[in-house]
Amino acid sequence: MNNKLLYRLDWWAILCYLLLISFGLVNIYSNAYNGDPVPLFNTSNIVGKQLMFFIICLILLLPTLYLNPILFEHLAFTIFTVSVVLLLGLFLFGTKISGATSWYNLGGIRFQPSEFTKISVSLLIAYVLSGIDAHLKRTQTLIKFWVIILLPMVLIVAQPDPGSALVFLGLVFVLIREGGNFGFILIGFYALFLFLLTIVINPINTSLIVGFLFFIFLYFFGTRRAKRKSVWPYFILLFLSVGFSFTVNFIFNEVFQQRHRDRINLVLGLVEDNQGIGYNINQSKIAIGSGAFTGKGFLEGSQTKGGFVPEQHTDFIFSTVGEEWGFIGSFGLVLLYTLFIARILFRAEKHTHTFSRIVSYSFASILFVHFGVNIGMTLGLVPTIGIPLPLISYGGSSLLAFSLFFFIYLNLDANRLR
Amino acid sequence: MIRKYFLLGITILVSMGFTAQLVYLQLIQTEYQLQSENNAILKQTLYPERGLIYDRNHKLLVGNQLAYDVLYIPENGASFDTLEFCTILNFSKESLIEQLQKAKLFSYKLPSIVIQHLNEEEYALFQEKIWKYPGFFLQKNTIRDYHVETMANILGYISEVNPYEIKRNPQYELGEQIGRQGIEKTYENTLKGKKGVAYFQKDRFNKIIGAFEEGKYDLAPTPSENLTLTIDIDLQDYGVQLLQNKRGGIVAIEPQTGEVLALVSAPSYKSPQLEGRKRSAYFSRLQQDTVAKPLFDRALQAEYAPGSPFKTLNALIGLQEEVIKPTTSFICQGGHFYARNAFMECHCALGSVNDLTRGIYRSCNTYFAQTYQKIIGAYPTPQEGTDRWNAHLKSFGLGNYLGYDLPTGRPGFIPNSAYYDQWYPNKNWKAPTIISNAIGQGEVLITPIQMANFTAAIANKGYYIKPHFTKGPVVNTKLEKNYTTISPEHFEPVIEGMHQVVEKGTARIAKINGVEVCGKTGTVENFVKINGQKTQLTDHSIFVAFAPKENPKIALAVFIENGYWGSRWAAPIASLMIEKYLTKTVKRNWLEQKMINGSLAEEYAKPYSGKPFAINE
Repeated sequence: MNNKLLYRLDWWAILCYLLLISFGLVNIYSNAYNGDPVPLFNTSNIVGKQLMFFIICLILLLPTLYLNPILFEHLAFTIFTVSVVLLLGLFLFGTKISGATSWYNLGGIRFQPSEFTKISVSLLIAYVLSGIDAHLKRTQTLIKFWVIILLPMVLIVAQPDPGSALVFLGLVFVLIREGGNFGFILIGFYALFLFLLTIVINPINTSLIVGFLFFIFLYFFGTRRAKRKSVWPYFILLFLSVGFSFTVNFIFNEVFQQRHRDRINLVLGLVEDNQGIGYNINQSKIAIGSGAFTGKGFLEGSQTKGGFVPEQHTDFIFSTVGEEWGFIGSFGLVLLYTLFIARILFRAEKHTHTFSRIVSYSFASILFVHFGVNIGMTLGLVPTIGIPLPLISYGGSSLLAFSLFFFIYLNLDANRLR
Repeated sequence: MIRKYFLLGITILVSMGFTAQLVYLQLIQTEYQLQSENNAILKQTLYPERGLIYDRNHKLLVGNQLAYDVLYIPENGASFDTLEFCTILNFSKESLIEQLQKAKLFSYKLPSIVIQHLNEEEYALFQEKIWKYPGFFLQKNTIRDYHVETMANILGYISEVNPYEIKRNPQYELGEQIGRQGIEKTYENTLKGKKGVAYFQKDRFNKIIGAFEEGKYDLAPTPSENLTLTIDIDLQDYGVQLLQNKRGGIVAIEPQTGEVLALVSAPSYKSPQLEGRKRSAYFSRLQQDTVAKPLFDRALQAEYAPGSPFKTLNALIGLQEEVIKPTTSFICQGGHFYARNAFMECHCALGSVNDLTRGIYRSCNTYFAQTYQKIIGAYPTPQEGTDRWNAHLKSFGLGNYLGYDLPTGRPGFIPNSAYYDQWYPNKNWKAPTIISNAIGQGEVLITPIQMANFTAAIANKGYYIKPHFTKGPVVNTKLEKNYTTISPEHFEPVIEGMHQVVEKGTARIAKINGVEVCGKTGTVENFVKINGQKTQLTDHSIFVAFAPKENPKIALAVFIENGYWGSRWAAPIASLMIEKYLTKTVKRNWLEQKMINGSLAEEYAKPYSGKPFAINE
């Protein structure tokens, strides 16, 4: 180990990390504030608990930084196995909280293994993809990749906690970066587009629009290309699109549950119900909107204090930021997050060692999914999916897992392997 | 290259999207700031007590009583003994869980109603144990308190507004009561009063710290008005008692004012059962009874052929059209050949000579068949004659909605020439074709309240005031004299005939000592379809009457389904009603007992027995 580790640490990222955590604590404090000062070093309140977890993170920091980075590679499979076993164990020993069996209860302290699975999956993917004969163009590697992602996803969906499971799809960005096939993601976006279009209008009109677009495409581009090329693939694609469009209603009505349909309808603006299903989102928007430019000030948010926004200290914490810190605070937070992710990506690209690069990249991808989905939901742009805002939201497991992930990133970044 | 910057690019795009939304929400939109302020002000609606309803003698019919709703705030809740909870409140566990789930979805911090309208016993039990159920509390509320059971068909009931009504009428709020059917519906605006509102200031912890701006914007509720009905509750009760175990209706009207004294429909239902949580079960039981049809108001909605009482109208029209005089006589041959091989039977003895008065009190079919033929024949074509006849009848309020202040009713039917032209496209119909109208069989359909109304018009000698059910403070009916097309002098002989009906005619049983009663019996043939086959049932028993002869105080129509002769059920019942109303006591106990105890249940069971049965026994 090099003694000048401190010099090689990514201090910019550490600055972002500390800023995020402190800002999170400030907002959790505001949520807990009830007129009397909240004792900081007392684990009976949420601020004290979060602070305690942060101190645990700091204790874990040194050992994680001074580990030999090769160890992560060697232990990747073992860690993955352990986390899968922990997920399986939930079905036997888990505690059910608000409908999902996602927690172990260890003498009053709750522990959510799915948060840590994000690390283990990333490590194993990095290990597999950095193998000598691994390449995502090879079917074998691709299968391995998907198995590693889908196995924990299935277990988490079964809890059921589909929101947390969805996060793993963020690792698709790693696939793209590492040379996987690009086409499927385009098809994915195309399918999503068709899906939403069909819900908003209807299958027949959607089919007409799609058919019209295909016709225009063929008319302008089809003839310029070599005549030898058949137009049949286009027609098959058109046929599949129309078929998909007509099955959307079935999927929407039969596969999705009512609350999922409600959430999608709300975001698309197809229903408006500010007292019932749209209550959360509407109150969250009111909180954010009422913050205006400078915000109402620390501890002054009436939406936050009045408790109008459910789950405000966890998933909806961004609405507290918006209300009390206004546009300055919330834009600042968005900017800070963007810089944090950008910094990690920037450093990741500097790695010459594949394993380290992929781990850093996975960290950025997962951070991004949390960031995008959580703030998007609080702003009413994305259907409600209950995942926390990393490092800001209240929640010990989440804070611990993301901190650990960050420390691993720091370790790999500081100890560049060749 | 694109692979390297893909995620970075998307991150920046998403951040820009967020920034745009933040700019919109925080810098451009001002609506959310207002809404946030609204959240800091609690608006509480103040409801005035619903108006009371009295009868014409100021007896309280409908009051209000306290009821308690169980409310729940999810935030304060904790686990509790659901079994005990459900046993105390007589509530199913499934619906409890469903209600609590709904409450949570509605709001975590705001109360939602879980159970409505506890009765006193439930309230007392629950109040004692409420400390065991964190998050639950009781809220006072008022519901209707019925002091009468016998006039559900007039009063209607109240229940919570549904979302559809709120959409149409935004002044209603969820959980508010609205009048349904009857008086409660017609006079909703009077009985409801006007809501008030109080604003409270909340601090940023959502706790109330006092009135908002010292109550500057508060609005006290406008008290509702009490309603006085025209109904005489004693007479109404008596009518219901007389009609027990029978099907039919009684409508009693004060002729000079058009005030409805009693409106009885049997079988009916009981108002107190329609209050609170019992209603839905009770109501669906009523709805499922498709045989007796208790929800069908026979006094307002049943359209019957009027039978012989209709002859009085034909007599009046005959006099007005000057086709007969009071002295005109016809010979009755025990019936009347109105066409070749078409004979209308009559129960007069062979060769009787009847003038108008005798024609009425003997209820001679021949007399009125002749009169009717003359009425129709007085004009060049039967079409003109029929339309003339139709116009006279319309002036008695027949063949259309009467316009009284209850929301249910039927128009009845008086045929005109267009109707018959449609049936006989070559227009070769003549008076004999439609001769049944002469004696109130044929195509004519009249509801009991219309029957009572034309009787009142005869009693008034030429005018009626639309029947109505309220004396005030507001009356939703035009109170003006509606004159008939018949001159007043023509009523004398007809009234004399009706008087003789009771004195020496078909309804001697209706005679009351010391009261001059005028009436007319009716015995109406009727048919139903049983297994697709037209089957005749026992005749309906009808009586219309008014009393006293000079300066009448009450006019009424009694209709007893399948009671056979008019004099068997309807006439005695009408007579008892008159005696009760005019003398306050009934002396003819034997008749009263016979009517109250008499039951037609066997008669009503016949068509459903599936076996052939005898009628008119």
